[in-house]
Amino acid sequence: MSNITNQSLSEILESIKSKKISSLELTQAYIKNIENAKKLNAFVTTTFDQALENAKKFDNKPNNEQLLSGVPLAVKDLFCTENVKTTAGSNILNNFVPSYESTVTKNLWNNGAFLLGKLNCDEFAMGSSNETSFFGNVINPIGDHLVPGGSSGGSSSALAADLTPATIGTDTGGSIRQPASFTGTVGLKPTYGLCSRWGIVAFASSLDQAGPMTKTVNDCSIMLEAMSGFDEKDSTSINKKKETYSKNLKDNIKGLKIGIPKEYRVDNMPKEIDQLWEKGKKILKNLGAKLIDISLPHTKYALPTYYIVAPAEASSNLARYDGVRYGYRSQKGKDLIEMYENTRSEGFGDEVKRRILIGTYVLSSGYYDAYYLKAQKVRQLIKKDFDDSFTKVDAILTPSTPSSAFKIGEKTNDPVSMYLNDIFTVPVNLAGLPALSLPAGLDKQGYPLGLQLIGKALDEQKILNIGYAFEKNCGYKNEIKKWWS
Amino acid sequence: MSLDKEKIKHVAKLARISVDEAKVDSLTKDLNSIFKFIEQLNELNTDKVEPLTSILNQSLRSRKDEISDGKIREKILKNSPKKNEEFFVVPKVVE
Repeated sequence: MSNITNQSLSEILESIKSKKISSLELTQAYIKNIENAKKLNAFVTTTFDQALENAKKFDNKPNNEQLLSGVPLAVKDLFCTENVKTTAGSNILNNFVPSYESTVTKNLWNNGAFLLGKLNCDEFAMGSSNETSFFGNVINPIGDHLVPGGSSGGSSSALAADLTPATIGTDTGGSIRQPASFTGTVGLKPTYGLCSRWGIVAFASSLDQAGPMTKTVNDCSIMLEAMSGFDEKDSTSINKKKETYSKNLKDNIKGLKIGIPKEYRVDNMPKEIDQLWEKGKKILKNLGAKLIDISLPHTKYALPTYYIVAPAEASSNLARYDGVRYGYRSQKGKDLIEMYENTRSEGFGDEVKRRILIGTYVLSSGYYDAYYLKAQKVRQLIKKDFDDSFTKVDAILTPSTPSSAFKIGEKTNDPVSMYLNDIFTVPVNLAGLPALSLPAGLDKQGYPLGLQLIGKALDEQKILNIGYAFEKNCGYKNEIKKWWS
Repeated sequence: MSLDKEKIKHVAKLARISVDEAKVDSLTKDLNSIFKFIEQLNELNTDKVEPLTSILNQSLRSRKDEISDGKIREKILKNSPKKNEEFFVVPKVVE
């Protein structure tokens, strides 16, 4: 079974179940891949000993009734893991070892999976290229000069390079969908409240949502089923019956109405993205879906709104890093205030500091109405655009990103051009909706491009079904040459 | 509007982040370009719009005021950069 690691999660689960491979052999295969892929810099921490121990335990007493029986998984280093260092890609948490487990990872382990390691990400998930991580940038397996997207860049890189059979990320403004698009993989941002935020290092609490990143849509439904569910410890968790997404996955989309929003284009957008969008429409139409032109008139205001709301929430969430209770502490400073100031200055990177300053400013006395209140009003308009559209359509099809993966260093000197990368993903977070990014084709350089399906709140099953049908008919296959090993 | 260096130093003070004098210029430039971008929102008239406070249209749950946790002092102190028996230690505050 030398090729086990390039198979999908569902194929791997089948092999474990039928005893074609043991959990230990599977884990060893991934460890070997990870050791050969140090150049990608996808991992911050590996937990090989613990993983091997868990694999042996599974093989001795296999329980194949679970969704993720006997499978090792690496996760974004934003999820707190009990007794395993959790850094959020930041120097300020470089020595932080949680004494608790996030609800979402606990759900994965309760479904039979175990931890393989912690994946690199942009510092506090603030970035679109994984270049703001304290642990260095991650490389896209598609090409040694390319970013893997961000902030879940370690996750997308590790998944595409066969270093984990599936993974999870978090998405505040596109941090799952954009890296999925840049690496030719599947990424889902669930409805706000579907997956618990408890134990996830907080960035912007009204936008943050954890979700699966996988090789196939079927894998995505399995992972979502395993990780989601009501959690008393998250005050915004939705209390509803658990769904069985994988069992209910169907590829019949006949008669569904798909909205095509005219606003999802930008100046100088590569032609290939338009062509890909056309291809996507054609595939869905051939499958019996009905295409309907719609308008989401406030789309262009989503990104400016996001850059008020997200930094404002981040500035209050990150106030907790004071060098007293946990994390890094500066040795400089003559009193308590100077200790705080130096700790935060040395502990945070430039992008995080920038966003804390924006957030502090927009929330400061005399400016609240002009910025934060204004943004929350525009956010209402953006949400209303979607509400209005969803009276007419079942789902919305758009490109995932305005470009394919860009070069390392290409956008680091211009924050606004970096932010523009999230122009098609951010509106969904502001409205709390689910959205799925699917690999759909390649640009002329041979880099992957994705299409995004946006659904109504809690309508994950429908966008997964459309994605499933799309995947079967799209013919996209990720063929990555393993240049790094 | 534009942010000048003094304003940025003031905001940094509020955020408890010391800013390296040599970096103030580039920070000022970056923040001003971000604010220019943000201020596109002023094109919109939002006088009659209610601000969005919850995307779920559900109010926060309340729970009974009961202790559900506790006796974890060691766990809480475990990650502290400086502690003394059962206390967090900070630089001297009172002379």
